[in-house]
Amino acid sequence: MILDNPYLHALIVGLPLLAVALTVAGFGVFYERRFAAWIQLRRGPVWVGPQGIFQIVADALKMFQKEDLVPASADQAIFKLASWFPMFLALSLLAVVPMGAVEAEDGSWTAAWAVSSLDVGILWPLALGGLMVFPLWAAGWSSNNKYSLLSGMRMVAQGISYEIPMVLTAMVPVILAGSLSLDDIVTYQMNHGWFAVWPPGPGLVAFVIFFLTSLAEADRVPFDIPEAESEIVGGITIEYSGIRMGLFVLTEYAHTFVAAALTATLFLGGPHMPFSVGPAWMGVVWLLGKTLFLFFVIYWIRWTWLRYRADQLMDLAWRWLVPVSLGLVMLSAVWVQLMEGK
Amino acid sequence: MDPIFQPFRDDPHYPLDRYEAAADLMLLNMGPQHPSTHGVFRLKLVLDGEIIVKAVPYMGYLHRGVEKMVEGLTFAQMTPIFNKHDYVSPMTNEQAYAVAVETALGIEVPRRARYIRTILAEIQRIASHLLWLSTFTLDMGGVIGGGAAMMMYNFREREDIFDLFEAVTGSRFHYNTHCIGGQRHDLPEGWVQRVRAFLDRQERAFDEYLRLIRNDIFDLRTKGVGVMSADLALGLGITGPNLRASGVDFDMRRDAPFHAYDEVEVRVAVAQGCDAYARYEVRMAEMRESVRILRLLLDQLPEGPICGSKPVKMANAVRVPDGRGYTAIEGPRGEIGTWLIGGGEDKGAKPFRLKIRPPSLHAMAAMSYLLPGHTVSDVVVVLGSLDPIMGEVDR
Repeated sequence: MILDNPYLHALIVGLPLLAVALTVAGFGVFYERRFAAWIQLRRGPVWVGPQGIFQIVADALKMFQKEDLVPASADQAIFKLASWFPMFLALSLLAVVPMGAVEAEDGSWTAAWAVSSLDVGILWPLALGGLMVFPLWAAGWSSNNKYSLLSGMRMVAQGISYEIPMVLTAMVPVILAGSLSLDDIVTYQMNHGWFAVWPPGPGLVAFVIFFLTSLAEADRVPFDIPEAESEIVGGITIEYSGIRMGLFVLTEYAHTFVAAALTATLFLGGPHMPFSVGPAWMGVVWLLGKTLFLFFVIYWIRWTWLRYRADQLMDLAWRWLVPVSLGLVMLSAVWVQLMEGK
Repeated sequence: MDPIFQPFRDDPHYPLDRYEAAADLMLLNMGPQHPSTHGVFRLKLVLDGEIIVKAVPYMGYLHRGVEKMVEGLTFAQMTPIFNKHDYVSPMTNEQAYAVAVETALGIEVPRRARYIRTILAEIQRIASHLLWLSTFTLDMGGVIGGGAAMMMYNFREREDIFDLFEAVTGSRFHYNTHCIGGQRHDLPEGWVQRVRAFLDRQERAFDEYLRLIRNDIFDLRTKGVGVMSADLALGLGITGPNLRASGVDFDMRRDAPFHAYDEVEVRVAVAQGCDAYARYEVRMAEMRESVRILRLLLDQLPEGPICGSKPVKMANAVRVPDGRGYTAIEGPRGEIGTWLIGGGEDKGAKPFRLKIRPPSLHAMAAMSYLLPGHTVSDVVVVLGSLDPIMGEVDR
């Protein structure tokens, strides 16, 4: 079969996925602006196309037309490179997310249709998410601007601190499902219930913490301290203009979307349909629906909350999230022991 | 806060080389182009990492030479100038000027005019505090974030206030409605009912604001930030809500009544916290108090003339004789003082000297005392909590 060739498989599944992710990221800007306008008693973009739906096209065209300014005192090569990498990293996170579900003859379900079904699947997004810090720090450093430098430092501190509770809470589904592979984790949830619901307690708490830490990883409110525009004037993007700036903005949305997708996969059953509505490919729709729901929760938080201060953010991570997620890991290990002991 | 920063908080001129930094200190110029400096204001920050060791405020980027300019104007020409230096509370600034000249000339203002002034001043106080609330939360939550949501809600009510002012004066922002000896415009028909309806809406809106911003993050960001002791506040001449948030029970509306404040009871809001949160508490309480005072004033509003019994026919005929005097009223930001020396050009038709004492200028002096030991993120919180208007600081 044609899909047996891993390269062809990646191409056939991966390209549409990339297209969907980029479209959602692009239109995420539009959706968010209309959503925010609704929260804020405004109308938002309504002029370009029906209900302003093509606003993102107009914005992107504007970005492309703008002059690509590179400050004379910036570290030219790194400055230019740093604007492209975050997008690659953010999108590659999606590679291991299984998007479909296949029903076997005995009524059990199996996850399918990941671009790449890695055996150590969960490590891939966690590792790439960790790498994300490097291009952003490089952008902050090479801009040769004090605000960017502060922003880069905050980015590194925040990235490293939040990596730990993120990895720990990601271990909860791993322990419960008994596998590092995202396919197995989703398969387990399809047959035993979502981890956010079952086992009661640790799964839900782990879900909330994982969601919070992925907000921090993607620099969203209330953790958008590295780019706090009222304090350090946008941080790392301060010297960027034109399409490079646009890439950073799009990366933010892509990263948020991917973080939501990953959370949905780990804790909300991924493509699992809680009740059967049609053929197996509906799983993709369900995954997208869950992801968009989390996406909107993120923006709901963003447009109604204030942001933390850098040191309070560290407090939250090290005093609360790390100990609690350590406890969760132990709890879930105990749970697995007890359940298997039965 | 680390005690090593205490000397810098006690004395902004404490030598920097006594500070032992682990690595090099960084000099950061915050402003004059910066989204959160409330106008054009520059802060020179010496940073150890993210922590401020020393902060030096630089003002004057918005200096327009108002005080020199008015020396060439007659007294009737000055009102439009005076509503522009504090562009967030133009009404109160006009009043400060009118009161100064009236005191110098010994003109008695009719009772109805004094009531109208009080009503306008209190509505202006709500408008000004609303703008403070929106910029304060904007600084903490960001233009792309929760702060902007707060701002849009505040501006919904500010829009109502501008409509009310427009109905009286024909102008939405720079009113020019005060003349020497009284008011230029009487209240139009049905205006009192409109104000009452607005007050009901505003009272409901306060609860809405609280539901929007009161959460743990707000407390974390404001409590214990920018602690200004009562001694420091008194020493720097800080007045208004900033002083009352430091536990000093002083409000000119009650303690040195002007306009019609002697005919209503003003309950002065005082907080003991001394920090940004206390300043938030005081201003929120003041807005509610303004609503209460306004209801009383509208009930008691007398009939009668709105300008002096002997109207000044020729505007240019106002002549302030040689002599000097200081008058002050309580504006939304504190004591707006006017130091007037009469007997200028043309036999006193123009002032010899007119000095404005803006409350924000004194508040800005506190910056270098409040900031050492805080992080860069706190700069905008401290600055926002002091509610400065740069137009007024620089004049």
